[in-house]
Amino acid sequence: MSSEVDVAAPGISLPEEQEAEEERGLWRRALDNVRTGNLGILPIVIGLALIVVFFSFKATNFFTADNFNNIIVQMAGLTMLAFGVVFVLLLGEIDLSIGYLSGIAALAVAEFQLPGSSHEYPGLVAIAIAVGLCALIGGVQGSVVAFVGVPSFVVTLAGLLIWQGVILQVLEIKGVIVIQNNLINNLANYYFKANAGWIIAAAVTGLYAIGTLGGVIGKRRARVAIRRPLLIVAKFLGVAVACFGTVAISNHASVPKGLPLAGVLVVIFLVGLTFLAKRTPFGRHVYAVGGNAEAARRAGINVARIRVIVFMISGAMAGVGGVILAARLNSVDLNVGGGTLLLDAISAAVIGGTSLFGGRGEVRSALIGALVIATVSNGLDTAGYKTGTIYIVTGVILLLAVTLDTIARRLQVRSGR
Amino acid sequence: MSETPLLQLSGLSKSFGSVHALTDVDFAVHGGEIMALVGDNGAGKSTLIKCVAGIHGYDDGEIYFNGEPVHIHGPKDAAKLGIEVVYQDLALCDNLDVVQNMYLGRERRDWLFRLKEPAMEQRTAETLKSLAVTTIKSVRQPVASLSGGQRQSVAVAKAVQWNSKLVILDEPTAALGVAQTRQVLELVKRLADQGLAVVLISHNLHDVFEVATRITVLRLGRDVGVYEREQTTQQQVVQAITAGIPTKVAGIPETTPELAS
Repeated sequence: MSSEVDVAAPGISLPEEQEAEEERGLWRRALDNVRTGNLGILPIVIGLALIVVFFSFKATNFFTADNFNNIIVQMAGLTMLAFGVVFVLLLGEIDLSIGYLSGIAALAVAEFQLPGSSHEYPGLVAIAIAVGLCALIGGVQGSVVAFVGVPSFVVTLAGLLIWQGVILQVLEIKGVIVIQNNLINNLANYYFKANAGWIIAAAVTGLYAIGTLGGVIGKRRARVAIRRPLLIVAKFLGVAVACFGTVAISNHASVPKGLPLAGVLVVIFLVGLTFLAKRTPFGRHVYAVGGNAEAARRAGINVARIRVIVFMISGAMAGVGGVILAARLNSVDLNVGGGTLLLDAISAAVIGGTSLFGGRGEVRSALIGALVIATVSNGLDTAGYKTGTIYIVTGVILLLAVTLDTIARRLQVRSGR
Repeated sequence: MSETPLLQLSGLSKSFGSVHALTDVDFAVHGGEIMALVGDNGAGKSTLIKCVAGIHGYDDGEIYFNGEPVHIHGPKDAAKLGIEVVYQDLALCDNLDVVQNMYLGRERRDWLFRLKEPAMEQRTAETLKSLAVTTIKSVRQPVASLSGGQRQSVAVAKAVQWNSKLVILDEPTAALGVAQTRQVLELVKRLADQGLAVVLISHNLHDVFEVATRITVLRLGRDVGVYEREQTTQQQVVQAITAGIPTKVAGIPETTPELAS
């Protein structure tokens, strides 16, 4: 949020001759931002670059197009969970049930595609049932938080135990359920043809351009100052480079050649959820409730309703993530939803810069954090380190990211920003 | 000043269990006037405004708005009449910027549920300009970065931008320094100049005597007097606050001037 702050006076659009000054101002402002601790995502991006460079030297098969695709598919499920975590954290709540809730979704999707059973449905229906079920469970948990007033930590801790228990009970008898439905498996195993990849990159870039242009025109029409025109251009170039760069690398891969569908799904949810959070009244109300619930209530916002919907989003995103994780393995077994999935999802959101205390954070922070976690764990894995090392390094990165964020915030407070 | 009061309470009573918070209170405020509401702690000031704002129900009495009897059952009813309250703790979200706070809960959106940010930003800038709030550099800066006086200004602007007719300010200067207090009092005066009715609750008689047109004193849940600012002194008001007898204006005994420090 704070990265949007600037000093342009309201209602005054910049005349042409001030553009040059604006350009110099951008540098000064960037320096100001660094000095006052308004760092945004800069440290994370630098950190990620260092991680990539480090592992490129450490492991021979890390810096390859194949592994690039691999990381995208590995992180897709985790990123979906982390998207949901961002919304819950924005409220200042926590959802500990999402790990095993994603397991429930995996179980449901596997169960409802089971060939030869009485409840074999088409892949899309099975996915809808799984995600819907998780949204419903999230809604029930959210209702207990919102209407009864039980702390979300306790409600979702109970959820964690309950859903783990359900998974154990069902899979103890069945062992493993294999997913044979192609549509479901394709979620994590389909790769676009080279040309399709380019078209997707062009489409995403084009849509971003249209969206940005629409915003600029709207501001012009309302005679509202357009802040940092250079930053808008820079952002657009960044998006274009990221899109086309990703497709270029993915198309360069040899074994699973092309852009992975899972990556496209992540981008679709990133755009959709960012729109929800930043451009709709609902999203605004989520930030308001997280910032000052009493103020939100007095402003006529139905705080309980917001809470319930946010927990439904969290559940649904856990469901989406669970389906993708199951699709990647083509099966569901006793370990589903367990391990470090829950903590990785929360870490991803926090590493990306979302506050644990509510009201501060962005949907994209989930993607950035998940990228860091997936890259580190993939890099350590390819370099031949053991699981223990992966946990230790992830823990240290989490600590570093949050410490840096806390120090930055203190600097911001001190400089009155 | 218009003849019919904008808001008139007659014989308003409210009890919480066995505690009589308000007993048979009469109160009136006209458009374009600043009515100060003063009284000691527990005199019933907050209860009175909460009844008007629809946060508490009232047990007995009548509320007239523009001469018409009205029933206020909730904050929404009050807002519909054009009554806005600026609470002592301001009810602003620190993490949101000025525009976002001004429109909180009443965001403008288009058919795609998209927020109309430029329109809201423009209107906010206009509202602040019409109130001559010039100290806020950018309407896009988060409220967390504003000073106490600026926050109070935002809270007041938020209350008046909905074509409200009556603005109730609960202790607007309690947490402010001298310069900031001046800022806010100027703002309060401008509200009345624009024809709004203003109810100002304050402990600070100095502030009250600076801006108020009339002063209503509450004591132990009863109204003990309405004073024209021009025709009274701080001593008289202090006496009413500490020792007033509920006999409606007349009959305040001349006693102990040392109370009036």
